[in-house]
Amino acid sequence: MTNTSSAYLRFQNVKKTYDHESLVVKDFSLDVAKGEFLTLLGPSGSGKSTVLMMLAGFESVTSGEISIDGVSITRLPPYKRNIGMVFQNYALFPHMTIEENLAYPLTVRNMAKAKIRDRVGEYLGLIEMQKFGKRFPGQLSGGQRQRVALARALIFEPSLVLMDEPLGALDKKLREQMQYEITRLHQMMGYTVIYVTHDQTEALSMSDRIAVFDDGIVQQCASPAELYERPRNAFVADFIGENNFIRGRVSKVEGEVVHIALPGGDTVTARAESELRHDQEAIISVRPEKLFVEPTSHASDNRVPARFVTRHYVGDFIRYYFQLSDGTEITVKVLNDLTAPNFSEGDEAGLVWLIKDCSAYPA
Amino acid sequence: MTATSLSKEDLGAARRALRRRKLTAFLLVAPLLVFLLFAFVAPIGSMLFRSVHNPNVADLIPDTMELMDDWDGVSLPDESLMNQFAVDLKRLANDRTSGRLAGEVNRILPGSSSVIQSTARRMRTVDDDELQQNGAALLFDAHANWQQVPIWQAIRQSGNPYTIAHYLTALDLERTPSGEIQARDGPRIYVSLYIQSLRIALFITVLTFLLGYPLAYFIANAPIRLSNILLIFVLLPFWTSLLVRTTSWIALLQTNGVVNTALMGIGLTSSPFSMLYTEFATIIAMTHILLPFMILPLYSVMKGIDPSYLRAAMSMGGKPIPAFLRIYFPMTLPGLSAGALLVFIVSVGYYITPALVGGADGQMISNLIAFHMQQSNNWPLAAALGSLLLFVILLLYWTYDRLVGTKNLSFG
Ligand SMILES: Nc1ncnc2c1ncn2[C@@H]1O[C@H](COP(=O)(O)OP(=O)(O)O)[C@@H](O)[C@H]1O
Ligand SMILES: [Mg+2]
Repeated sequence: MTNTSSAYLRFQNVKKTYDHESLVVKDFSLDVAKGEFLTLLGPSGSGKSTVLMMLAGFESVTSGEISIDGVSITRLPPYKRNIGMVFQNYALFPHMTIEENLAYPLTVRNMAKAKIRDRVGEYLGLIEMQKFGKRFPGQLSGGQRQRVALARALIFEPSLVLMDEPLGALDKKLREQMQYEITRLHQMMGYTVIYVTHDQTEALSMSDRIAVFDDGIVQQCASPAELYERPRNAFVADFIGENNFIRGRVSKVEGEVVHIALPGGDTVTARAESELRHDQEAIISVRPEKLFVEPTSHASDNRVPARFVTRHYVGDFIRYYFQLSDGTEITVKVLNDLTAPNFSEGDEAGLVWLIKDCSAYPA
Repeated sequence: MTATSLSKEDLGAARRALRRRKLTAFLLVAPLLVFLLFAFVAPIGSMLFRSVHNPNVADLIPDTMELMDDWDGVSLPDESLMNQFAVDLKRLANDRTSGRLAGEVNRILPGSSSVIQSTARRMRTVDDDELQQNGAALLFDAHANWQQVPIWQAIRQSGNPYTIAHYLTALDLERTPSGEIQARDGPRIYVSLYIQSLRIALFITVLTFLLGYPLAYFIANAPIRLSNILLIFVLLPFWTSLLVRTTSWIALLQTNGVVNTALMGIGLTSSPFSMLYTEFATIIAMTHILLPFMILPLYSVMKGIDPSYLRAAMSMGGKPIPAFLRIYFPMTLPGLSAGALLVFIVSVGYYITPALVGGADGQMISNLIAFHMQQSNNWPLAAALGSLLLFVILLLYWTYDRLVGTKNLSFG
């Protein structure tokens, strides 16, 4: 994916400062293939919107290059970039009807009136809002406005579409509906999408690839499955999904596999995600659903003793809380079936897991 | 009765709670209502009433006026009326109030004043009985005008306590003694002054818009620290006395003032311009004073416009200036119309600044109203002029409401 020839959109060492003191975007490099749905995922304030604003041309690039199809757009004014954009507040023009809103990008391109009318009708149909063309944005519900904003960003057929937390203002049900809508239109029309969100569920379910963004740099850029199963560093492991972290010290390195001595005296094995040296402080991560409570039929490479604290009934599964001998808290997700064990507080239990489900990072 | 419907007691309690809330709300606004009643509604009402109600003559000669009811108004009044008038005139002469009658009648029929005053002096010494019997002849003796109809018509007209005469004057019209309405001879001072006031106000409104709009835009989009400082400068005029601001314009604009000295200093002109006491001075000084009324509503509307609207327009291919005019400008209209309306209405009725720097050609209608109140002592005419001004403003507001609509005005 990161190979030069397939790159359609390319960020090269992009930096950004607002105050000329600190860098909001430190060193942002990313290649996006044509037709890809790429999500920028990161905590609030990590600079995602800033990246998008630079791409759209509303913020200047402090240093670095942004290019599309090999042509630099770094210094191109926004209205010449031909990039569609969906804003979090939708930015529908309140004094214009839905039809006029949709027609705006076509009018500024001097398209013939009849052609504009046809195109607007077509896109109203696409978002199933034919009946609402004469209404004003203020007369629509949140979900309808969202659909209009989407259609307006697509109607002039840009090859690149940016969306900055477009579903942030919607309730859960509508959000899921719109996620489906956005991916459906993307698959149908095949434009490239840069999607910004801080909601990882949204990112995981919609994207081809996700760039996890924090502290001004891309921490990891990979497919949703890879991101979840092989997080490259502790930040990503923590940020994506739920995880247990155990601290220890490297006692042995065998290629990919490292042995970690835990403070309680036990030794576990893990897959090293980055280079680890002997006697280095390390941290290992295991997801709650990859941990099993003995007795279990699941195969295991590692075992640590733990003390049961409490359990929370969730429904389809039960969440068990344990403590290791040094006080580290461990969560285990157990399927809610007949084998779910019964413990009372203080009971000793054995927790087991596989090497492949366990990553080690430098602490 | 099911559990889901409201019982009688519940309904009663809900109504009582609502009544209590309404009462509280009323008590909260009551002081303001009382204040407005005394400080606003009552004076305006009294002004409107005064402009059409003038009981002076009716109070001075009530008995004569009663007899006037039976007079046809075309031929000479009959003798009994004239006799009664002679009696009334003697009483006025002795009370030293005949001058008031003379003044009122003279306003309708110029030249009547001396007729009435001289006649009154002659009636003073005549016996009451003699007047009762022979008043008409004595009047004819005193002045030949009493044998003609116009002066009687004028007395009858001035004796009517309700009159639109002052409105006619205010519109440069007059009623002939026979009752027809016609344009008054001479220059049309009042109408042209209304037009001048409207023109000056319009000019000031346009100027405040041209100066205020870019500044409001800049402040609304500036970083918070800078925008706060600039807003203080915008508000500064509000914190200095109106008189100080106006007189400082005198210092600037007078013949040997700052502006002329500077212009001559840099050699742009060899002799000073006369700027003070002109319409130009009125417009410049009032634009300065009224600028905040334009900037503040504009600023508060612009502050609420998210930058994403313009960005959206540009991302869709709109060039900056067309996008600004098509997208941003319409969104600022509520603030613009509020500001324009404020500036226009305030400036149409402005008084102090034109009075101080306006000279002869920079006067506005309020200055003439003040003149009639303070110098010519013609309160009814002042009231009529004021009422007309109020009417003109209401008419403009109504037109504005029809054309633009006031429901989306935003004063901030
Ligand atoms: N126009 C701006 N001027 C100054 N600082 C800004 C501006 N926009 C964003 N920032 C700062 O840059 C950082 C990143 O902001 P942003 O890109 O909006 O993050 P995100 O979209 O990931 O929440 C924040 O600390 C924010 O305060
Ligand atoms: Mg953001």
